[in-house]
Formats: sequence, C-alpha cells, structure tokens
Amino acid sequence: MNKLHWKIGTVLGLLILSFWLLYPSVEWYTKTNDERAKSEAMRMRPKRILNLGLDLRGGTHLLLELDVEKLDKKEKLNDAMARAIEIIRNRVDQYGVGETPISRQGERWISVDLPGISNTEEAENLIGKTALLEFRLVNTSDAAQAVLNKVDLMSEPPFGKNGVLLPEIAKMMPKGTILRKAAPGPDGDRARYYVLEGDVPVTGAYLENARIETDQQFGTPSIGFTFNKEGGKLFENFTGANVNKYLAIVLDDVVHSAPVIKSRIGGGSGVIEGSFTIEEARNLAIILRAGALPAPVTIIEKRVVGPSLGEDSIKKGLSAAAIGFIFVIAFMLVYYRAGGFVADIALALNFVFLAAAMSYFGATLTLPGIAGIILSLAMAIDANVLILERMREEKALSKPVAMIIPVSFDKAWSAILDSNVTTWIAAIFLFQFGSGPVKGFAVTLTIGLLIGVFTSVFVTRVVYEFWLTSNPKELNI
Amino acid sequence: MMVLIGKTNIDFISKRFVFFAVSAVLIAVGVISLAVKGLNLGLDFTGGTLLQVQFEAPVTTAQVRASMSKAGLETAIQSFTGRNAYQLRVKGSQDNVNEVADKMLAGFAASFPGNKFTEEKRDYVGPVVGRDLAKKALFAVVLSLFGIIVYVAFRFSNPVWGAAGVVSLMHDVFIAMAALSVTNREIDLVVVAALLTIAGYSINDTIVIFDRMRENMRMFPKMHLGKLINTSVNETLSRTLLTNLTVLTVVAVLFFMGGEVINNFAFTMLIGSICGTYSTIAIATPLVYQWEGKGK
Repeated sequence: MNKLHWKIGTVLGLLILSFWLLYPSVEWYTKTNDERAKSEAMRMRPKRILNLGLDLRGGTHLLLELDVEKLDKKEKLNDAMARAIEIIRNRVDQYGVGETPISRQGERWISVDLPGISNTEEAENLIGKTALLEFRLVNTSDAAQAVLNKVDLMSEPPFGKNGVLLPEIAKMMPKGTILRKAAPGPDGDRARYYVLEGDVPVTGAYLENARIETDQQFGTPSIGFTFNKEGGKLFENFTGANVNKYLAIVLDDVVHSAPVIKSRIGGGSGVIEGSFTIEEARNLAIILRAGALPAPVTIIEKRVVGPSLGEDSIKKGLSAAAIGFIFVIAFMLVYYRAGGFVADIALALNFVFLAAAMSYFGATLTLPGIAGIILSLAMAIDANVLILERMREEKALSKPVAMIIPVSFDKAWSAILDSNVTTWIAAIFLFQFGSGPVKGFAVTLTIGLLIGVFTSVFVTRVVYEFWLTSNPKELNI
Repeated sequence: MMVLIGKTNIDFISKRFVFFAVSAVLIAVGVISLAVKGLNLGLDFTGGTLLQVQFEAPVTTAQVRASMSKAGLETAIQSFTGRNAYQLRVKGSQDNVNEVADKMLAGFAASFPGNKFTEEKRDYVGPVVGRDLAKKALFAVVLSLFGIIVYVAFRFSNPVWGAAGVVSLMHDVFIAMAALSVTNREIDLVVVAALLTIAGYSINDTIVIFDRMRENMRMFPKMHLGKLINTSVNETLSRTLLTNLTVLTVVAVLFFMGGEVINNFAFTMLIGSICGTYSTIAIATPLVYQWEGKGK
C-alpha cells in the first residue's frame, strides 16, 4: 500500500465513522413527536445526538441567582451551588419534562433550559420556590396581639423594600419572635399576619415523602407529608411538649395553616392545608419531596419562545440555508467544471462531517448556529476558490497537470491557514457567553472551520491525486 | 473555461485618495449618526421585557399603542405585517421577572376583549444580566481584535501590515455599526456575533492579498512597492470577487428569506461583507503603501 491508499482509506474511514455517529440523530428525529416524548419520559433519550436549541424547538430558558446572603454561614458557596443544581434537577425530573440542561454559570448563577415548556408560570413556581418548610409555634401573647392590631390598621405592608420589618413594628415585636404573612385564604385579599417564635424545632429537611391528598368531603386538595424516623421523633416530642398551643406550618416564609396541637402527634406524618388548586398542590408535593434549596433564588433572566415561532424560524432558517447551499454548488459546477465538482464533493463531505461531529459532542443547534455553519461553508468554498484560481494561473503557464496540482495546493495553503486562523480567533471569544444562541454560533463556526480546512485541502487533494494516477493529459477547470 | 473577469491591470494605488475620501465620508456619516441617534441597544444589554403576541382578529399598531398607554406602559412597538403579530419592548432596569409582561397581557385583555392572542415570545433580562452581557460583549470584541493584530503581525513579521489590516477591519466593523445606527436596528447578542464575524471575515480577505504580496516580494525583491501591490491585487482580484459574490449571495438569501429572527444578523453581515471586499482593495493595501513610505 502506498501513501495515497492510506489517504483514501482515511477519508473513507471518516465517512463511515460519520454515518455511524449520525445514525442515532437521524433515527431520533425521524420518530414522531409522541414516540420522542415517550422515550424522553422513560429516560431513553440517546446521549450523542444533535440537540435543537430553544430558539428552534420552543421552550423556556431561565437564569437564576442564588441569594448568597441568605445562605447558611457554615455552607461553602460551591457546595451550596452544587446542591441547588441537584435539587432543581430533581424537581424538574419529577415534573416529567425531557432533556433539561441545568448548569452553573459564573459565581452564583444557574441556567435552566426547559425545552417545550411554554406554560412558564408553572415552571417558575417549580424551580424558583425555595420550598423551605418550617414548623413554628405561634406567639399568642398580648404584645404579639398589639403588633397584629397595629399592622391591621396600616395601609402599607409592614415590610420594607428589602423584606426587613419597618422599624416602628420591629420595636414592638416580643423578644425572639418574627412576623410572617399568611397565605391568602378564602376570605378575600386582606393580608393577615402571624407572630411566630424564632425557634424552628423541625423543618422540611426531615421529610421522607410528600404527596397530594384530596379531602373526602369537599375534594379540596392538600399535601400530606411523612417524616423520616429522626424527624418523626423530633415532631412527636415537640408536639407533646406544646399541647394546646398553635402550630404554624410555614412554607417559604408564608404561613399556610396554624392548627391547635390537640395532643402529642406520633407516627411522623401530617397534612398541609390551604386553598391550593390541584396543580399547585401537585407541584408543592414535588418540590417538598425534592427538598429545599439552600437559599432563595431569583429569576434574573427569562426567555420564552413559543412552539409555533420556533417551528417557523427553523423552517425559514433551513430553507434559506438550503437555497444558499444549492446556489453555491451549482455555481462552482458551472464555473470550475471538473474542479467545481471536486469542490462540491468536499462541500458535501464537510456537511456530513460537521453534522457527525456536532452529534458526537451532543452540541445544540441554534438559529445563529445555522448561520455559523453557513459561514464556515463559505470559508471552505473560499479555500477551494483559492486553490482553483491557483490552478488556473499555473495552467496558464502551460505546466503539466502532474505539476499544477501540488504547486497550487502548496501556494494556496498559507492564505487558507491564515484566513481560517483569524476567523477562528474571532469565534473562540464568543464561547464566553456561556449558553444560548451565541454559543451555538461559536460552536458551529469553530468546528466548521476545522472541518472546512480538512475537506477543502486534504480531501480535495486526495481526489486529485487519485485522479492523477490515471495519467490525465488535461485539467478541465 | 468560464471567466468572470479576465486579466486586469487596474492601478489601485494611484486612486487611493479617492478611496480614502469615500471611506472618510462614510465614517463621518457614521460618527454623526452615532452621535445624534446613538446605537439602539437591545434588551440583552439594557435589561427589560419583550413580549411578542399574535392576535386572532386584526388589530392595528395604533390600537396596540393605545391599549398599552391605557395600561400605563411606555413601549416600543414593532409590527409584523401580514401576521397580525406585535412585538412590544420596555427597556430599562426591572427587578421583577413577570411584572411588566403581566401588565401588558392585562392591558390586551382589557382593551381587546374577546380577541384571543397567543404569546409567541417573551424575554426578560434583569439589570445584572444586562450589565454582564454588555461586559462580555465588549471583552469579546476587544480581545478578538487584539488576538487578530498579534496573529497578523506575527505571520507577516511586519507591524505596518498588521496595523493596516486591523485598520481596515475596524473600518468595516465601524461602518456596519454605523449602518445599524442609521437604520435604527437593534443590537443584540446575535448582532455582536455578526460584528465579530465581519472582523474575522474582513481580515481573512485582506490576508489573502497580503499573502500574495509576500509571495511576490520574494520573487521580485526589487519591484517598486506600488507596482507590487497593484500586481498582487490584480492577480487575486478574480478570487476576491468570486468568493465575496458567493458569500454575498448566501447572506442576501438569509437577509431576504431567513425570517425575522435572523434578519438583523443577516443585515449586519450583508453590510460587513460588502465593506470587507471594498476595504481590502481600497483601504488595507493602499495604507501599506502610504505607511511603508513611497520612496521605496
């Protein structure tokens, strides 16, 4: 075997590898929507396939910021972030959406991409709630009653802008107590408040399970929960010691109910009642099961693309790309004839290799990503044009065919290398945008440039060298 | 053999002051537009809320505007003709994610009772994120320009060539930005990506000619610089036009048929690729001649 055979073998081998890498993506996207949804629900989604970005398939992107100031002092930031991501992933998984990329961004940001979800309110509640469940005693002293009377007379909420109690209320509060709002009840919008003890003997951290329950009589939903062994014991002791007092069930700083403790509660289970809709109760059960976030999160960025707009943009983007592609192929064929044909082979291979590489890396295709592909294809064409123009120049000097080809490739190489490297320099700085459409552009452009140089220089040269073995007399370009 | 343009012998160097003047006028227009109108920075950088809805029954832009001012919102409205869809934007720092969007939806419900609408797109960018993205975009642009200068200076071992290449690149990026300002198009992250692509593409084009100059210098070391540049530009002219026409066609297809989402990107690329071709022939190489000293 000589060198040329090795080169041909390399190209064919890569082509076979590409088809093999592409197979899962092709199989996945030729399935019907229902089949795909079913496999996703069963966690059978193949890993190494080309993903579609939210701008193409529709969905919600959320960027959350962890409120570091409210973090437990003992907890390190990195641990807290990892835990928060884990918990959010848990919640999303239990909610039952498909592939959901969740990742840390920067110091204390978490990016969540929810494909296909356009009912964002539900998603926001699911992800954005801290789900901190606390059981506190209600303070029923006269001083506490005085605070509540005063708050009732005020026209403004008793909390200032950053959630801190107004000073005139704060100084009236009995020692070691806090003021908390009650969940809006059936008796209208008027805000009600509770004065609660500062101690938290039991929290949701001891929960083993939570589920939705419906009242037999009225069908109103509530959330039943079970403590683990340790929590059950704590709860039993706590209720036993405080019979006839009021027990407030506080979720995310809102008092959902405050029943009287009639007797010691054993068995380690209980019920959170309140005016929930079925959906709310279901989601609350999910987030209680998944656990509380280490600190509250706020949504600092949200991008929603409706499914119809996504479909529309993929159609338009793809058809524009296809038209551009066909035009270029036809033009090269007409203008450079045999040389154009070789360039078109390289272009087609470029396309296959690029798609295969993106599938292998599980890359996400976005609309700007399609633009990146088009640009990298244009650069590959440019490399071909550079080589072909050189060939014409050398041909004009009446050189023999066997000399024209190597000389043209050698002379064109420095320009091809330099031009690709400079574009690549511009592309790599786009990676720092983390996620989203711009990163998609950077990914496709970077991979595309590498593959473009390979196909337009290495592959075409292999084709010409193979052709040279038949001792041709003339180069038809 | 099909040939677009034959062997040419155009004296580009002697016309360099005409080119410089044309560019000076374009840049002056750009400076004025940037000073008077400024850049229309998108939500990505200013923060704010964007909502795009499609109504079932026809409504006019004026009605949408009226309903929003009734709801107490000052919005920028863009209509998508033929689809009965409207995009509303409220820029600026907003602390709460759904506040403005909910007000808009309530405004529609109040002003157009019975007219159903679907939410096609909703963006909220909080103030921290906006600042962060602006910082990143600036970083990306500055660092990539710097990277390109270093690479070109290294490959051509001549700082004058590197500088000329970068000046023509900045010329192209600036004119594309000026065009965005004149047409009042919005600058978002995707447009920043387009600007960076222009930077890469413009220098790519310049490098091909520089490469030919480098080669000719080795072959004819005694040739007068002006003649050398003219020869090199003419020799590569066919390639320059061919490549750029293909790119231009592809970008034009994207611009006219690629849909609304990618329109600003395609527009920026369109201006940039025209500029890139022009500046290679009319700015980069004449600048080398001007700066290298005409005496040689």
